Amino acid sequence: MQPKLSLLNDELIKRIVEEAYQLLLKPGVKVQNAEARQLLAEAGASVDEETMVVRIPEQIVRKALETAPRQFNLYDYEGNPKVQYGGDAVQFDPGSSGISVLIPETLEHKTAETEDLIRIIKVAESLPQYDAQSTAVVCHDVPKELHDLYRLYLVMLYSKKPIVTGAFTNTTVHQMIDMLAIFAGGHDKLREKPRAVFDVCPSPPLIWSNFGAGNLMTLARAGVPAEIVSMPLAGAAAPVTLLGAVTQHAAECLSGIAIHQLAHAGSPIVWGGAPSTFDMRKGGTPFGSVETGMIDSSYAQVGKYLGLPTHAYLGATESKVLDMQAGLESGLGAMVGALSGINMISGSGMLDSLLCQSPEKLVIDAEGIAMAQRMLQGMKIHTETLATGFYEGVNFKGGDFLKQKITMQLFQKEQHMPGNVIDRDSMRGWKASGSMDTFTRARIRVTEILASYKRPELDPDKEAKLRAFVLDLAKQAGLEHLPNIEDFQPA
Amino acid sequence: MSEEMYKEMAQSIIDGDSDKSVELAQKAIEIQMHPLDAITKGFVVGVNYIGDQFGKGEAFLPELVMAGEAMKAAVATLDPELRKLGEAREIMGRVVLATVEGDIHEIGKTLVGTMLSASGFEVYDIGVDAPADKIIGKAIEVDANIIGMSALLTTTMVRQREVIDELEKEGLRGKFKVIVGGAPITREWYEKIKADGYSEDAIGAVKLAKELVGKE
Repeated sequence: MQPKLSLLNDELIKRIVEEAYQLLLKPGVKVQNAEARQLLAEAGASVDEETMVVRIPEQIVRKALETAPRQFNLYDYEGNPKVQYGGDAVQFDPGSSGISVLIPETLEHKTAETEDLIRIIKVAESLPQYDAQSTAVVCHDVPKELHDLYRLYLVMLYSKKPIVTGAFTNTTVHQMIDMLAIFAGGHDKLREKPRAVFDVCPSPPLIWSNFGAGNLMTLARAGVPAEIVSMPLAGAAAPVTLLGAVTQHAAECLSGIAIHQLAHAGSPIVWGGAPSTFDMRKGGTPFGSVETGMIDSSYAQVGKYLGLPTHAYLGATESKVLDMQAGLESGLGAMVGALSGINMISGSGMLDSLLCQSPEKLVIDAEGIAMAQRMLQGMKIHTETLATGFYEGVNFKGGDFLKQKITMQLFQKEQHMPGNVIDRDSMRGWKASGSMDTFTRARIRVTEILASYKRPELDPDKEAKLRAFVLDLAKQAGLEHLPNIEDFQPA
Repeated sequence: MSEEMYKEMAQSIIDGDSDKSVELAQKAIEIQMHPLDAITKGFVVGVNYIGDQFGKGEAFLPELVMAGEAMKAAVATLDPELRKLGEAREIMGRVVLATVEGDIHEIGKTLVGTMLSASGFEVYDIGVDAPADKIIGKAIEVDANIIGMSALLTTTMVRQREVIDELEKEGLRGKFKVIVGGAPITREWYEKIKADGYSEDAIGAVKLAKELVGKE
């Protein structure tokens, strides 16, 4: 029995959906993409072309919810289904689109470049807790025009896992779909077995930008899954109440789904987000705040009520270093996300409110994820009697149970064995192995992972095609050569 | 043929399978394998392997204990045969084990006992809450080489010193090696109370005991 966190009852969920429908009529949604406005108008929405405000009647959305799939899979490089969107499946990927990385030696947040993203991909590839890769940081050693697709390029070269990604423009989304199609063996095959999901963000409050709405329509037509990342900022760009933020989230997602399904009914789409409260002291967006977790858990309940696959940003922290704050916010976030049955939980590895990625944090977060996954397995009944059957031959001595065969058979099913990043040694043993803290142990683990990582074997023709495709785009952006990539053998 | 069987014997210990180790011990008797060969070339290899794995963090306590139990069972099966031959398994040494007075925590001590007997020591475990005179009396009675004492609490670990002081007073200190263990026990403590050694875990205790009886 998968344990579950429920912050809302059915009555409250219905009120949220009801008010979200009201928001779609008043004040309506600002849609800054002409084609999307036209699709909505044709479906019966009232459009004010001057203000770009669209009033979307409930029946358009209800129809979209009927055609949006309740579940779909993401596939790995070989075409095996690896990530399940829908139901209560819980999976994790690293946080996306950081701009810097933590340098463990100096604790500097260094502007991210090619080598940093490669390190992150290698670590995420080696840790089974990450079901998917993400395009985790933007590489600043390539021109801005390539920022989004170059991340995907590196992930495709260094990983076989499914990918959570996203485009930054209406042009590059096409190019990124083309890149994925090269590996899939054509656009039809990509549609059949998509390897990637694309994050698409509405702008709070209640705005679909030209680029956001454009991405939704392109992805729908390509049959490549879209993940709506709605970001109500409670108290600034959304109502201060958590329920108000959850309702705005619902309205933004429902309008996005309408645009998406009008462009191509039946294409896969995810009820996701990266909301947070607005910090009233520093003006920041605390992704590690408990209320952020509460908004996420609640909107996921609403998404499930509507029958949609879910996503959230959890497991990140505001801390700048790998300290206790980082640990407790990330661990609690992962646990809340898991207990909420959220299909894809993004955010691991992230420090400084999603700005800074850290391979060392990915390693530590993986331990928290493993604990959350253990929690999800819940209490299991392994034996006919719960306890009485264990007492035969027990002599009122501590240690008696260690001698039972059943202990040996079951202990690994009951106890999750953490990796060496988690210290459970005695004081003496801890001192003998160097008196290391979590961060130091994580640094060692990252070094080990990087030393044993091997780049996956990819089809040389496809790899050459991908490389030529990206090089061509690089040349158009004024770059003669792509940054040198270690252990990369051009075909 | 024997090589195959030694491997199976070692494996039965690694698997912690007492039924299998007893079955193999009986088979050894049937085919007139020398019982000492069965122990030293077969079963002990398994105990050593699982001990090494445990030290590396690749085996866990239940596996260690089950291996010890399987070893005990195999040796018990072979023992009558050894006696018939007028031989005995070479005893590494005799150890009296106890949890000190006022302390009832014995999981660690029991583990040490299991591993010591699996490794060829004769172990006399007198249990928990054992006063000094009882521990010393038993050591004299069985002509022990080693006295091992455990304590989990900082409030009871002082009893370890009392036993050593008592041995001194009775002029018996030179007769027995004294080893100590338990969560609060440090190198500083064992040096301070002039014990002969301490260990953090059961595998370390076996190594220590072997060193103290000159068998390492």
